[in-house]
Amino acid sequence: MKISAIVTLKENVLDPQGKVVSLTLKDMGYKNVVNVRQGKFFEIELNETDEVKGKKIVENICKNLLTNLVIENYTIHLK
Amino acid sequence: MKSSVIVFPGSNCDRDVAVALQKFKIKNQMVWHNDSSLPKSDLVVLPGGFSYGDYLRTGCIASKSKIIKEVIKHAENGGLILGICNGFQILIESGLLPGVLLRNKKLKFLSKNIFLKVIDVKNKFCVNYKNKNIIELPIAHNEGNYFASNELIKDLEDQNLIAFKYCDYKGNTTENSNPNGSINNIAGILNKNKNILGMMPHPERLIDPMLSGTDGSLMFEGFLK
Repeated sequence: MKISAIVTLKENVLDPQGKVVSLTLKDMGYKNVVNVRQGKFFEIELNETDEVKGKKIVENICKNLLTNLVIENYTIHLK
Repeated sequence: MKSSVIVFPGSNCDRDVAVALQKFKIKNQMVWHNDSSLPKSDLVVLPGGFSYGDYLRTGCIASKSKIIKEVIKHAENGGLILGICNGFQILIESGLLPGVLLRNKKLKFLSKNIFLKVIDVKNKFCVNYKNKNIIELPIAHNEGNYFASNELIKDLEDQNLIAFKYCDYKGNTTENSNPNGSINNIAGILNKNKNILGMMPHPERLIDPMLSGTDGSLMFEGFLK
């Protein structure tokens, strides 16, 4: 199965890249853009058929490697 | 005194540090990141560079390498660890030092000389800065913007665990003298036992008058005291 994980900076952590993208979009005329947060996307292919077990594994992967929990959050999405 | 410099794929200040250590008669060995044992050492240095191409997060992949388990044991036994630049990032990712190093506030790679105020001299790394507490060292980094929760910053300040702060040539820690946006101008911190120092500036690059200064020498000379 394939499970994806999205890692983004926490709300209260300055995301300079997201800010620049947001400002650029506004300059380009996208007046209704309020805010942009930039993050990382991981697609993880697992040798596992049980959804609950698969999610559990990816959660551990997120905690142990993909995310720095001091500044980042993760969300897990089943394909 | 014996030291080990850990070499990761992408380290590029490992030889500079080795030259600095040898200059002050510290017996040094280079240790490959994939080794599973650490030679007997009083000091372990994690050098600057771009370990693993800064993939995922700076210092992250290096912090999972085999030798780091031994480095953590060395720390637990009270051994000295010095992390410079990428080495500081690795110390943070491996949990040996608290907080986090974000991208520089202005998103630019910085390579220049800056002034530092030595805040704590009661540790093995800074003893020699007792009589010279405003020093000049080079920085060269993209992710040196130190960030931590208010409680952690208070702890660091209260327990004198901040080793260096960015300042101007007079020693004032102002916003203008802060190159990367670090909270409270922090440039280097110590762990609670003060046997681990992580710092963004490069002391190993200023150890010879021919290289425009010797403010870095004071740290390496201090190890012999």
